[in-house]
Amino acid sequence: MLANTPLGKLSPASLFVVGLAAAFVIFVIVQAITSPATLLQTVAASLGLGAVYSIIALGFVLIFKATQTINFAQGSLAVAGALFLSFAVSDGHIPFTTIANPLLNIGGPSWIPWVLSVFMALFFAAILGAIVERIAIRPMVGQPLFSVAVITLGLEFILRTLNNDTSETEFRSLEVPWGSEGFKIGDALINWSFVVSIALAIVSFIAVFLFYRSRLGIAMRAVAFDQEAAMAQGIDVGKVFAIAWIAGSMLATLGGIMGTQPPVKQTGAIDPQTATIAFRALPAVVLGGLDSASGALLGGLIVGFAEIFAGQYLSSYASTIGAGYPLIIPYVVMLIGLVVRPHGIFGTPEIRRV
Amino acid sequence: MLELSNLEVVYNDVILVLRGLSIEVPDEKIVALLGANGAGKTTTLRAISGLLDVHEGAITKGTVTYNGERVDTQKPSEIVQTGITQVMEGRRVFAELTIDENLRTGAFTNKDKKSVQDAYDKTMELFPVLKERRSHTAGYLSGGEQQMLAIGRAMMANPDLLILDEPSLGLAPLLVEQIRDIIVDINKSGVSVLLIEQNAAMALSISDYGYIMENGKIVLDGEAEKLRNDEDVQEFYLGLHTDESGERKSFRDVKHYKRRKRWLS
Ligand SMILES: Nc1ncnc2c1ncn2[C@@H]1O[C@H](COP(=O)(O)OP(=O)(O)OP(=O)(O)O)[C@@H](O)[C@H]1O
Ligand SMILES: [Mg+2]
Repeated sequence: MLANTPLGKLSPASLFVVGLAAAFVIFVIVQAITSPATLLQTVAASLGLGAVYSIIALGFVLIFKATQTINFAQGSLAVAGALFLSFAVSDGHIPFTTIANPLLNIGGPSWIPWVLSVFMALFFAAILGAIVERIAIRPMVGQPLFSVAVITLGLEFILRTLNNDTSETEFRSLEVPWGSEGFKIGDALINWSFVVSIALAIVSFIAVFLFYRSRLGIAMRAVAFDQEAAMAQGIDVGKVFAIAWIAGSMLATLGGIMGTQPPVKQTGAIDPQTATIAFRALPAVVLGGLDSASGALLGGLIVGFAEIFAGQYLSSYASTIGAGYPLIIPYVVMLIGLVVRPHGIFGTPEIRRV
Repeated sequence: MLELSNLEVVYNDVILVLRGLSIEVPDEKIVALLGANGAGKTTTLRAISGLLDVHEGAITKGTVTYNGERVDTQKPSEIVQTGITQVMEGRRVFAELTIDENLRTGAFTNKDKKSVQDAYDKTMELFPVLKERRSHTAGYLSGGEQQMLAIGRAMMANPDLLILDEPSLGLAPLLVEQIRDIIVDINKSGVSVLLIEQNAAMALSISDYGYIMENGKIVLDGEAEKLRNDEDVQEFYLGLHTDESGERKSFRDVKHYKRRKRWLS
């Protein structure tokens, strides 16, 4: 795209981005020569963080595609799913009950009960997503999109309160089979959670792309394009909304689980901050394009790289730019991206509504 | 048989658009519904297919029944399942989806794989142009091809009644003929057709019966043959005579005038 455009024809903003990219490439080459181990570690962490952002961004995209609204409750849905898993594997019982988690006695390698419990958490997330959609979103079909967005913001607060009440402790640990282990490539230490996040992101994206080609997926894309014409084909718009919320809630759960692990968090625990993972991923969604799954993937990776690289290589300037600077990087990247492409990298320029 | 009786439709609780409309579409026939811009043709279609809601419209009086069953209380998806599908005004193909995917949306209510495949094969036979471009994005099709896709999509649900809203709109004469022939073919395969048109010549040339509406009411109806030979229809809808003043009077004014004349004589 950019490669065969004469540089002279680019807008100043695009030139700025091209310049940034060129500087980044040169920087990476220099680092690869001077300290390859640090660079490798940084790249792995970037991919890990980018993967988590991508998974959460994908949830935003699915719900946006179907309902044309940004779901501000994505963060609490993420925490709800992660809490469920924490109760099931760390406390060893089914949440809200005293029944012991039967999956823990299955035997075999220790990761099998964990993986099965993750599936149980996803099932719970699906039900939660369906309930929330049915109670709070469905009655709003056809109402102004702004009102629906504000409703999701209200949901965020309600769910956050419920989460905090059920979680019992401020820091609730979420055990993972690999603990905080990693492996070494040369001198670079790579955490297993990076690998798991990347694998989950790949699986999520393949699942979504397959879904897009299925009967229901095509229906969802039809609804996204022209709701009335979709209804005229006999497509049940309510059903499409429900599926989007179920899928969005399940993706949020995956993101919530991995959001308690490095590189997002070193503690391996769910705490009141965990819900903000969705707001950290939001720039990735907007940058990629609100209605594009590929955009979620690319946006997530760009933001992940920017955040980790800035955290790693700008730390000596922290006293000047403020200690919390890595957290604002996603928004800075988003702003730069939007100046060049106002609808995001892969976003549809015209957002249709009925 | 589709029956609309005494239908009254209101938009936004105040704008009365259909004022006691009654029409019938018998099985296996082609019925034309003609009328000028704003007569309420599309509104009639929305009332049949349950899409008034989307436009803040509602049926305030009268009923729509299909084979004796009320459909005006059903959801759009249920109405499609009873066998009524439509080709919307302006085609409304899903431009970002491929042709195959567009067709699959039309088969949404049909969960039987075999019958979807049959409908698909039949559609491809009817529209060879689409077959060549199955995996192309629909947005790149020409207007005529999009109209064919819209008809093909509506046929994917195996309808018993197909309603088309101005399928000839914006098409070149040759394409209009092609579309007309396709409608005849579809009807011959046993599907009843309600053809909404402004192109009265085309519509009356293939239909069995016709209704002419103005301001939300039927002002004239009869066998297509009879309508074709009706002087007023010729003047106002077939464009065969031109008014000396060059002004197009409302069809209803003429009727009143004629009635009065008959009254006096
Ligand atoms: N959503 C709406 N809200 C209010 N009024 C409407 C709405 N849709 C249509 N109308 C009005 O209802 C009347 C009939 O419109 P309709 O679209 O049914 O006419 P039509 O016969 O299909 O016309 P055309 O040949 O131009 O398609 C028009 O006066 C129109 O302005
Ligand atoms: Mg119309």
